[in-house]
Amino acid sequence: MAAISHIDPKEALAVKARVEQLSFYYGDAQALNRVSLDLAERRITALIGASGCGKSTFLRCFNRLHDLYPESRYEGQILLKPDDINIISKAVDPLEVRLRIGMVFQKPNPFPKTIFENVAYGLKVRGVRDRHFIEERVEGALRQASLWAETRDRLQDSAMTLSGGQQQRLCIARALAPQPELLLLDEPTSALDPIATANIEELLSELKEQVTILIVTHNMQQAARVSDFTAFMHLGELVEFGDTDTVFTTPRQKKTEDYITGRYG
Amino acid sequence: MARLRARSRRGPAQSHNPMPEAAISEALARRKRRDGWFALAGLLIMLAAVLTLVLLLAQLLVDGLPRLSLEFFVEFPSRFPQRAGIYSAWIGTLLVMLVTAFVAVPLGVAAGLYLEEYARRNWLTDLIEINVSNLAGVPSIIYGLLALGLFVNRFSLGQSIAAAGLTLALLIIPVVIVATREAIRAVPRNMREAAYAMGTTQWQMVAHHVLPYSTGSILTGIIIGLSRAIGETAPVITIGALTFIAFLPEAPIGGEFPYINFNWLDAPFTLLPIQIFNWLSRPQTEFHANAAAAALVLIALTLCMNATAIYLRYRYRRRVQW
Ligand SMILES: Nc1ncnc2c1ncn2[C@@H]1O[C@H](COP(=O)(O)OP(=O)(O)OP(=O)(O)O)[C@@H](O)[C@H]1O
Ligand SMILES: [Mg+2]
Repeated sequence: MAAISHIDPKEALAVKARVEQLSFYYGDAQALNRVSLDLAERRITALIGASGCGKSTFLRCFNRLHDLYPESRYEGQILLKPDDINIISKAVDPLEVRLRIGMVFQKPNPFPKTIFENVAYGLKVRGVRDRHFIEERVEGALRQASLWAETRDRLQDSAMTLSGGQQQRLCIARALAPQPELLLLDEPTSALDPIATANIEELLSELKEQVTILIVTHNMQQAARVSDFTAFMHLGELVEFGDTDTVFTTPRQKKTEDYITGRYG
Repeated sequence: MARLRARSRRGPAQSHNPMPEAAISEALARRKRRDGWFALAGLLIMLAAVLTLVLLLAQLLVDGLPRLSLEFFVEFPSRFPQRAGIYSAWIGTLLVMLVTAFVAVPLGVAAGLYLEEYARRNWLTDLIEINVSNLAGVPSIIYGLLALGLFVNRFSLGQSIAAAGLTLALLIIPVVIVATREAIRAVPRNMREAAYAMGTTQWQMVAHHVLPYSTGSILTGIIIGLSRAIGETAPVITIGALTFIAFLPEAPIGGEFPYINFNWLDAPFTLLPIQIFNWLSRPQTEFHANAAAAALVLIALTLCMNATAIYLRYRYRRRVQW
């Protein structure tokens, strides 16, 4: 399994993060079992698998969100390029990791503050004061999240007045404003209608010019449409990993095929 | 009802229900009746409670309203009931509450924040938690006894506004702590995760999120605590509130440079509940009218505070909703 989990060197893609033998435990319960894979720089990697197989758990390792709860334990390593820091090492401050890696959650979770404050928040925690710079960055991030047209006249309104799809795009803008190196998305469209979903998929395709993306999705078509690489997980293990076309057309594992064709989960 | 009948009209032909239609409507009717009885009983009990309150208030109004006038607020107590007023009492209440709020709010909120956000879960914090919740239920006279030994005698504060303020602060700090913790706990987990995922430090978490989102509930808790303190009589009698004061403490603002002074903290004091108590214990009925009038003032004060609490809760709820 380890053999298939690394990106084929002949493709000459840079690696943004290398996961090696990553295991994760909630107390005594093991949720991830020696997962190894590479995230290609400025590509979209999709994570698929049945409910409860550990996709969210895997994603949340990347920004050390598990550290918020006691009793969680990591093994193995996640090396973040270019400086090869081991994200999950105790010696690395989770704050540093979170400042470099952005995250969008399944349920839109804007802060109950204004639209502007939401998007500017990442800069605020970084101590950026330059008003002009912040305004520019907020506009840029909102444009990237294709939310600028709808919100340019109401930046001072509460983010809670936006619709669900707009809120999710706002959360994407919020994650993008500080220009993260890696963007994590946990089923970002599961609460959205098809049009909003299509918007966000389009947005992701544009975004990958600038940022490496790891996305969890339950939607096979979505994985097939937007991702360059696909990882299939089952019961905490990585079953198959490869470029999306191959995984979807000629999967090597029976389990993958069953899952993709809907015979399972 | 209409919907129910419409459904039964469709007839048993399409119905795969194991229960016959007649039995269903019979069971439904029985349940409705039971609902009705319960609602009626609840209504009667509530009416009885409200009625008692209304009668009490009405009695107070009848007795006290004629005595309420501007002079009543700016006259000192006197041997002559017609000339007596609550000047020293309401000023005393105001100043004591000022001290109480200044002490209880920062301490209570900080303690609540610490327990909820920073403290590790272990036997020590568990012990503190249990104690805090128990303290909120300790009879207030006990606080009076503690304060008598601690503030009045040990710290030599004497029978002063400072001692009274501190005593009442002790009394409501547990209330403020509990309210703060509940308010903080109401900040949803996904909001915390959203913030931490942005790279906030713990302090930024508290300052940018936890406190702003829970301000409404914390303020509500503070006001409810203060409105409990404002009516307390036992502990302040214990520490020696005077019942007859015919002068005001030195004004905190004004006079000579630097125009602010703290001499008033040292002054003897009386409070509204004590003034009421004092007048009630006189044999002359005219004084009882004074007591009723002062009681009206006290009730109006508490109602105002509660109304403020409700308003704040409403305003902040509307602004912060998950
Ligand atoms: N806080 C927790 N404590 C203990 N076990 C947990 C916790 N969170 C998740 N798990 C368990 O870890 C396993 C993986 O959960 P995870 O949330 O990563 O699944 P998932 O693949 O994201 O599922 P879904 O597609 O439904 O979101 C599950 O068996 C789950 O029960
Ligand atoms: Mg999940």
